[in-house]
Formats: sequence, structure tokens, C-alpha cells
Amino acid sequence: MDHPLVHARGVAKSFNGVPALKNGCLSLQRGSVHALCGGNGAGKSTFLNILMGILRRDAGEVQVKGQAVDFASPHEAIEHRISIITQELSPIPGMTVAENIYLGREPKHGGLVINYPALFEQANALLRRLRFDIDARLLMGRLSLAQTQLVEIAKAFSRQSDIIIMDEPTSAIGESETGILFDAIRSVTAQGAGILYVSHRLSEIFTIADSYTVFRDGGFVESGKLADIDRRQLVKLIVGQEVRIADKKHKPAASGASLVSVKGLSREGEFDDISLEVAPGEVLGIYGLMGSGRSEFLNCLYGLTRPDAGEASLRGQPLPKGNPAASIKAGLSLVTEDRKATGLVLSSSVSFNTSLAALPELQHASIVDRKAERSLVDTMVQRMRIKLASPAMAVSGLSGGNQQKVVLARCMATQPVCLLCDEPTRGIDEGAKREVYAFLASFAEQGNAVIVVSSEAPEVLDLSDRIAIFRKGRLADVIDGHSATQEELLHLAS
Amino acid sequence: MNPHPTMTAASTGAAAPAARLRWRHLLADYGIVLAFIVLCIALSVADENFLSWGNWVNILRQTSINGILAIGMTYVILTKGIDLSVGSLLAVSGIVAASLVTGETAHTPMLGIAAGLAVGAALGAVNGGLIAGLSVAPFVVTLGMLSVARGLTFIYNDGMPIAALSPGFRSIGQGMAAGIPVPVIILAATFFVFWFVLKYTTFGRAVYAVGGNEKSAKTSGINTARVTFFVYVISGALSALAGLILAARTTSALPQAGVAYELDAIAAVVIGGTSLSGGVGTLTGTLVGALIIGVINNGLDLLGVSSYYQQVIKGAIIVAAVLLDVSRKKQA
Repeated sequence: MDHPLVHARGVAKSFNGVPALKNGCLSLQRGSVHALCGGNGAGKSTFLNILMGILRRDAGEVQVKGQAVDFASPHEAIEHRISIITQELSPIPGMTVAENIYLGREPKHGGLVINYPALFEQANALLRRLRFDIDARLLMGRLSLAQTQLVEIAKAFSRQSDIIIMDEPTSAIGESETGILFDAIRSVTAQGAGILYVSHRLSEIFTIADSYTVFRDGGFVESGKLADIDRRQLVKLIVGQEVRIADKKHKPAASGASLVSVKGLSREGEFDDISLEVAPGEVLGIYGLMGSGRSEFLNCLYGLTRPDAGEASLRGQPLPKGNPAASIKAGLSLVTEDRKATGLVLSSSVSFNTSLAALPELQHASIVDRKAERSLVDTMVQRMRIKLASPAMAVSGLSGGNQQKVVLARCMATQPVCLLCDEPTRGIDEGAKREVYAFLASFAEQGNAVIVVSSEAPEVLDLSDRIAIFRKGRLADVIDGHSATQEELLHLAS
Repeated sequence: MNPHPTMTAASTGAAAPAARLRWRHLLADYGIVLAFIVLCIALSVADENFLSWGNWVNILRQTSINGILAIGMTYVILTKGIDLSVGSLLAVSGIVAASLVTGETAHTPMLGIAAGLAVGAALGAVNGGLIAGLSVAPFVVTLGMLSVARGLTFIYNDGMPIAALSPGFRSIGQGMAAGIPVPVIILAATFFVFWFVLKYTTFGRAVYAVGGNEKSAKTSGINTARVTFFVYVISGALSALAGLILAARTTSALPQAGVAYELDAIAAVVIGGTSLSGGVGTLTGTLVGALIIGVINNGLDLLGVSSYYQQVIKGAIIVAAVLLDVSRKKQA
């Protein structure tokens, strides 16, 4: 009990002579939630992979509960009671919760036939002990994402893990579900486990974690108690230089016709009677909890779905319904929520992805003008400052931040006057986030409009001139983005 | 050892790893061509007739039908689909065309060709409509069509073959131009047209985008349903083209023609490096894949290997090609 759960010093790892991690140091105590922070490429994943036995370190030392270890396989890490819960969950949807938790370790009659009553009882007892309100007999496929995550935690506990690594556990779940997850985390740490928590969402880190370690460029920067620093100091540690926040707040001219106008847009079961105006030069934020209809509204405005009622217009011209190609032509562009699932064609090149939406402008008689395409792609790569070896490289080879810039480049390639952004900075690091914010602000300053949906209140506050609050599919309120506070947003949205 | 994700970009700056990477990419991109050349060298050592002009004309002629089917199949598989009905569409189109160019009331060959292509395209449109419009799984739709179209072929002429095709029509299967068989010329022309479409047109881009990430394609303004629909129309029309050539070459349209041809077509596409999960692949690869199958069939014939063994060897090669593809992806 005297030893920390994990104690790592000077852990290093290189790939073909390129160091990915130079000096990984970290100490995780019993009963604590420790945040591991750092931008993309800071060496976090490499460090976690070493801890999980997926990679072997080149140098340094790792102690688990006072015992020096050098895991050759994930199996050894699990034997030392280490578990990882990643962003990509892998439940078996057709099996029950209990079967998922005890997969391969089910209680059996005579070592052959699964003893289902015992299995369910065992699982229910475990879930009760952790205070998770889930029935072990439910099919996994019927659970929400947050509940699925709770089951993963229960699974880690059923293996008696006392070191649980959580890698971006909230990237796919909403605020109220995040609350459930946090209750679960508090419950398991109270029973003596230590949690290593990785997230780009700083507000979460301040809510749930008690201590932190920051990595930057493969090296250890600092660690300490979160009570001793504030958000701005933490951002500074992660990014490495002082970041200016929200000094873009220019007030757009109040006069003149609006650029985007939405009247009574409705879609059964998603959102109801939404009316909005966005002026040239304005950034309109849309804030709402999961299930408030914010993304559905954006998709419908863009034409991915058809509205049941209502109208929308851009520059005074009515927008076509249910036709993304026509929306693009009219001057709309959509930056989607999840760059892997909906944003990019990962199997294709950067160039292919960048020009995809602009092809109607790059063709003569359906034949792509390769010269025009190349110059468009070069311009966009420079403008968005995408770091790459060549536009012909696969987009999957880029870092998360650079992938998101390719999504933005594809949107800009069609020369939109209004950008619709759905969670434009999900899962990218602080530095890249700042670049995206600066880009959106300058885009609006040129007389264009931006509508940005985000579940991160600070992001909405940083970006928006006005904020529309969605609640249960309805427009609850529109407030001034310059004077609003985080508490106000949360209050209006829930 | 697993290369780290950030390594690729970083190490291109250094000379030695860059050269190694280039070699690895060359091998990955042209490995299948290399395999083809090695195969040809081995067969030419084993049998001196293999390299003769006459034998090659023979190989190319035999490859033309599978090659044309595989071109359509490549489009379909690039969109993450599959077309199991090509063999049946080949038969029904062939028999409809043959009925128009046989006996004393034979019409001009052009009418037969047009009718055959129309039948293939129309049944392909049924596939495409069900898949794109009603979101039924391609495997199920085309499996159904495999049976329906075969049945229609038997119904059409009561299960009897149609022979005595007009000489004009037969020339598309048996004719020669400048010492090259007409089917080979048709394959070459078809290949060039569809290669160009895939590589240089907006439709070609859309095919890759739909297979690579349908949601992303939709967001980019691509009418994904239309692309999916036309891919099956193309596959149907090319099946018909292959059916015309087969009927013309064998001088009669058989209702049981083309049974299991979908397997060789899919094999050519897969051997050629096109991913069954969509979005990745080239027509050049498919052509080489079809040639490999043609050369194996021919070479094993020359060596007197029984056709029973030929099936075993072909199957093993398909699996090996996919294994190669999987290990290539792990490296990249």
C-alpha cells in the first residue's frame, strides 16, 4: 500500500531512430484520478502502449505496485491488474451484459456448460457493488454508449484491475451520460483503484481528476495537483506557449440583411419549429445537450435530411431541401462531427479528399481538370497549413489535427459563404484547436457566416457572437455570446 | 516491430529509410505484376510452347470474357458491393441477342448486339435500383438475380440452345483484325474506356468515394444512390457484352452458359489488389489479375495438369493474393 500503483521514470521509445517518447515520467496513486495531458504527438499513446505491454520500451523504468516490470505482451499487463478502456469500445451486441463482462471466464457446470444463473447473479452483484444501474440480463446492443462504457469499467473490475486507463472515454457520449461515468469513476476510486485519465476536454479534467502530468514533444513537462493550477496555466503547459483566448470578439455590424435565415424548420422526432437569423460576419453558436436536436438541425439545413416543414434561405435565395450538392452550390459547407466516420475517405489521398466536394467546379464534360485540381489542392494545403509529405499521401497517415484541417480544406474548396461546423475540434489537440478557432474567426470577419455546434461550453463561448440554446428539439433561447457564462449555458440547456 | 504512426512522415527526410520505403511501396504497388512475370518465366521454362505467339493469342482470347466481366466487377467492388449475377446476365443477354441473329429471319448483327446490351443493362438496373433505392444488401439482391436471370434464360427458349448465328454476328467472337482476335480488341477498348472513366472523371472519383466512405461522399455533395445504381448498370451491360462474345465464339447461345463465371471475375479483381471493403483498387490490377488466371489455366493445360487440380491451385492463389494484401496493409 506504500508504493504508488504505477511509477515510471525516463521511459523512452524510438521508431527507426525517430524518438516518439524521450522521457516519460508518471506516478499514479491509489484512489486517485490522474490526468495525462498533452497534444497529439506528445507521446501519450506511446507511453500508454508501453504500460499496456503493446510496445516495449527502449530505456527507463516502470514499477507497478513497487515491482519493476517490463511487459512483453498485453496479457502480462492484465495479469498485473491493468485495464484500458479506449474510445473504440468492442462489445458483442448480441450477447447479454453478463456474458460480455465474463467472456471466456464464465462459471461452468462441470467445466463445459455455462451456468447462466450463476453468471447473471455474479454480474448483477458486481454491477450493484459499483452502483451501476444496469441489468446484467440486458442485451449489450440495447445499452447507450455511456452504459456500454460502464460495462467496460465493470469488466475491468471483474478482473480485479486496480489500474484503469481511460483514453478519451467521453468523446462519444453526452453531458448527462458523462455525469454517470464520473459517478462511476468516483465509486471505483473510492474502492482503491487508480485511474489514468486521458482527455482533450480540459473542463472534464478539472471536474474529475485530482492530479495531472503533462507531456510535450515526447518529454515529461510537469506534474502536480490540479487544485494548484487553473485552466489557462494547464493550456500553457500543454501548448508550450501562452495562448490568447477569445480576443477575436469583434461585433459584427448589426445592420443589413441577414445572410442565413431559417423559418420554422421542423423534422419529426428531431427538432421542432426552429427559426434563426445569422448576419454576415457573425459566428452563431448552437449549444445543447446530447439529443437536443442540434446536429440533426445542422444536417437538415445542409440537406442530408429533408425537413417536414419550414424554410431556409441563404443570401435571400431559398435553400434547396434534401440536396447537399445544391447546398454546396448555393454556398453552404458542412464540417462534420466525426472525421473518421463521416468526414474523410480514409483510404484515399489528401488530394482526393480535398478536391472531392469541389469536383463540379473542376471538370469539363465530367473529366477532372487535373491541373486545376493540383493548384487548388496546393493552395488549400498552404492556406490551412496542413503538414504533409505530399498531397498524394494517404489521409490516414496524418495526425488528427491535420486530418481535421483536410476536412476544413475540402469545405473551403467550394468557396462557401456559410460554414456549418458540427463539433469542429472533437478529438484534436489544443494547438490544432486554436488554429481551427482562429481560422473560423477570420472566415467570419470576411463577411461570411459560421454556425458552430459544440458540446463543449467553453468552445461555444470562445467562438460565438450569439449562442442559440437547443433544448429537447426546440430553440430555448438565443443569448449574447460576449457576456454569457458557462453556468448560464448549462442552466438554459438542461 | 510495429512502426509508429508518426514515423512515416518523419523518416522520409532521411535518405536510407526513404529508399527502403520506396522499395517497399514499389513492391506493394507492383508486386502483382512481378508475380505475373515470375509466373510467365516459370511456365516458359516448363514448356517451350508457352511463349509462342499462337499460344498468347489463345490466352488473350480466353481471358477476354473474364476480363470484361472483371472490369464491371471492379466498379461494383470499389463501391463495397458485389455482383453475383454476372454469369446469369451473360447467359440471358447472349440468348436474347442470339434469337435475333439466327436462322433465315436473322436481323442485322447490330440489332442483336443492341438488344443483348439492353437486356444486360436493364437487369443490372434492377440490381442497382434495389440496392441503391431500397438499401437491400448487394449480396442478397444479386444472389436473387443470379437465379432469376438463369431461369429467364431457360424460359426464353424452353431450355434449348440457339445455334446457326449469322456470320456477321459470329465475327465479334471469331473474327481477327490485324492478326488480333476481335474479342481481344473489344477487351482492350473496354478496358481503356473504363480505365479512363475511373481515373479521370468525376464519376470515377465518386465510385472511390462511395466505397471509401459513403457518408463523407454524401456530405461532399455526391449523389451516392445514383453512383451505386450506375455501377450495377455498368456491370450488367458488361456482362451482356461478354455474353455476346461467348455466344459468337461458340457459334451458339447456351442457356447454361456462364455458370460460376462470377467466381473468376471476383478472383481477378481480388488478385488485382482491389479491396473487398471498398474504396481501394485499380483496373490495371484487375487486368493483370485476369491475365494471371488466364495464364494459370493455359499453363496448367499445357503441362497436362488435370482440371480438377487447376481448381485447387486457382483457389490457393486467390487466398494467397488476399494474404499478400493483408500483410501489405499491416506494413503501410
